[in-house]
Amino acid sequence: MEERLKLEIQAYPAAKLSMEHIFKEFPSNRGTVKALDDASITINEGEFVCFVGPSGCGKSTMLNIIAGLEKPDSGIALIDGLPITGPGRDRLVMFQEHALFPWLDVISNVMFGLKQKPNLTDSERLEVAKYYLYLVKMDKFSKSNIHELSGGMRQRVALARALAPNPKILLMDEPFSALDAMTREQLYGDIQNIWKKRRKTIIFVTHNVREAVCLGDRVILFSPHPGRIRREFKVDLPRPRNINDHDLADLSQQITAELKGYQCAAECD
Amino acid sequence: MNRSLISTSFFVILILIWAACTGDLSGIGINLKLWPDYVMPPPSGVFEYLWDNSINGKIPMAMLVTLRRLFIGYFIGLVIGVPLGMLAARFRAVNDTLGVMGLGLQALPSVCWVPLACIWFGQSEAALLFVVIMGTLWSVLLSTQNGMNNVPPIYARAARTMGASSFYTLVFVTLPASLPFVVSGMKQGWAFAWRSLMAAEIYVAVASGFGLGQHLHYGRELQRMYQVIGIMFIIILIGLLADKILFSPTEKWLHRKWGTDKK
Ligand SMILES: Nc1ncnc2c1ncn2[C@@H]1O[C@H](COP(=O)(O)OP(=O)(O)OP(=O)(O)O)[C@@H](O)[C@H]1O
Ligand SMILES: [Mg+2]
Repeated sequence: MEERLKLEIQAYPAAKLSMEHIFKEFPSNRGTVKALDDASITINEGEFVCFVGPSGCGKSTMLNIIAGLEKPDSGIALIDGLPITGPGRDRLVMFQEHALFPWLDVISNVMFGLKQKPNLTDSERLEVAKYYLYLVKMDKFSKSNIHELSGGMRQRVALARALAPNPKILLMDEPFSALDAMTREQLYGDIQNIWKKRRKTIIFVTHNVREAVCLGDRVILFSPHPGRIRREFKVDLPRPRNINDHDLADLSQQITAELKGYQCAAECD
Repeated sequence: MNRSLISTSFFVILILIWAACTGDLSGIGINLKLWPDYVMPPPSGVFEYLWDNSINGKIPMAMLVTLRRLFIGYFIGLVIGVPLGMLAARFRAVNDTLGVMGLGLQALPSVCWVPLACIWFGQSEAALLFVVIMGTLWSVLLSTQNGMNNVPPIYARAARTMGASSFYTLVFVTLPASLPFVVSGMKQGWAFAWRSLMAAEIYVAVASGFGLGQHLHYGRELQRMYQVIGIMFIIILIGLLADKILFSPTEKWLHRKWGTDKK
């Protein structure tokens, strides 16, 4: 492989993220909703962080603010010390629905993000795209149409598309929630592998506590009404982790118990 | 029973009844003639007319003249309607002006443009084209706009996070994403164009070419019912072919591939 190309793929950018005192409200027909109420969090370079919490507690809102798709009402959002002003290639998002473009085949979807990147020739872009399809085990399907793929395959392609431009931060909003348990377990293995190889800062939103414990270095707990960050758990289990592991299950149970407390508190208001 | 068999036998029986009531089956002893030929000609008369005039080139010529007008008018309608529809989807000001006007004008049956067209353009080719364009334009505009508004916002969000500019996103994401809806709009526009042209040809007799509509009109003037019915068949045929061969398969294919088909 050509030298430049190696550099492109092997550059290991990762970024430090700090969110300080973030407030965000949305108007709704029953007054305003406090989606985020004084939420602060610091995420280190190359860290894998999971957000969990009941529905409506502001996880996606936080993710969208980091992605630059949403602006906070107040608070400071910094990446490597620089304020976030809008969407950017350094932060790619993988959405709950795959959001792949159905009019393009698999490889062209992965190429889309790469085309936005200057300083690369088209043949280099193609090589990079192929590499990432190989990484998510979809290299055999590069010419397939999106509608011919299963849900799991689509999420793999979406992952390749998000990884290909080599973002510093990967934002994943419940990316596996529509998949069956078997496919999910496979993807947990794959994503840990990829993360090990490609060391990125990853923020992963999920409802599934076990999933969070399986993947994250840290699990951040959110509570709703108003959306707040309540507590964080460090996960020190050795990697690669298996979702059916005993210690993992214990920690999940502890976190789930804590979460149930928030839900009750919200309902008893 | 097989469905295609049901419809085939339905039409065969219909034609047999028609033949029986108009004296065509006297050969096998059914001597029924309910109407004179200028009210209801026998199938054989209609067929004879179609056959003779296909051989001598009159019908192919009329089809050519009509389709030429149709394509030109339809094409102009598309070229104006699709971009305007996009603008209307994108800019509120365009929607509140042209979009509203489109809604109003689309409610106007296109045959209602004929008197105005005749006064503005006289009995000319331009009058015909004008009617077709008015019939096509507004429905294409509205369905393109509707199509663009139907594009899931997640596509544009995904493109933006990948660093695409808003112009790049419009051209390479929103536009292709709305294609199935735009094609549905084009199909509807085609149906409108076809109807308007027939209306216009019946009312506007021009020396620049005898189309199907004009043959229909003179069939009535000359009380040649076999011509009227024969031309009606040709018109049905063209409409069906365009829909079943050109538009419906394309539309189906797009909706399937884009995942926008309603199951
Ligand atoms: N664009 C918006 N307009 C109005 N309200 C919004 C908008 N986005 C989010 N909200 C509200 O803000 C709150 C937080 O929403 P958010 O999507 O961040 O929750 P979440 O934690 O991601 O929930 P889920 O787990 O269900 O995805 C919710 O009450 C939601 O109704
Ligand atoms: Mg969410």
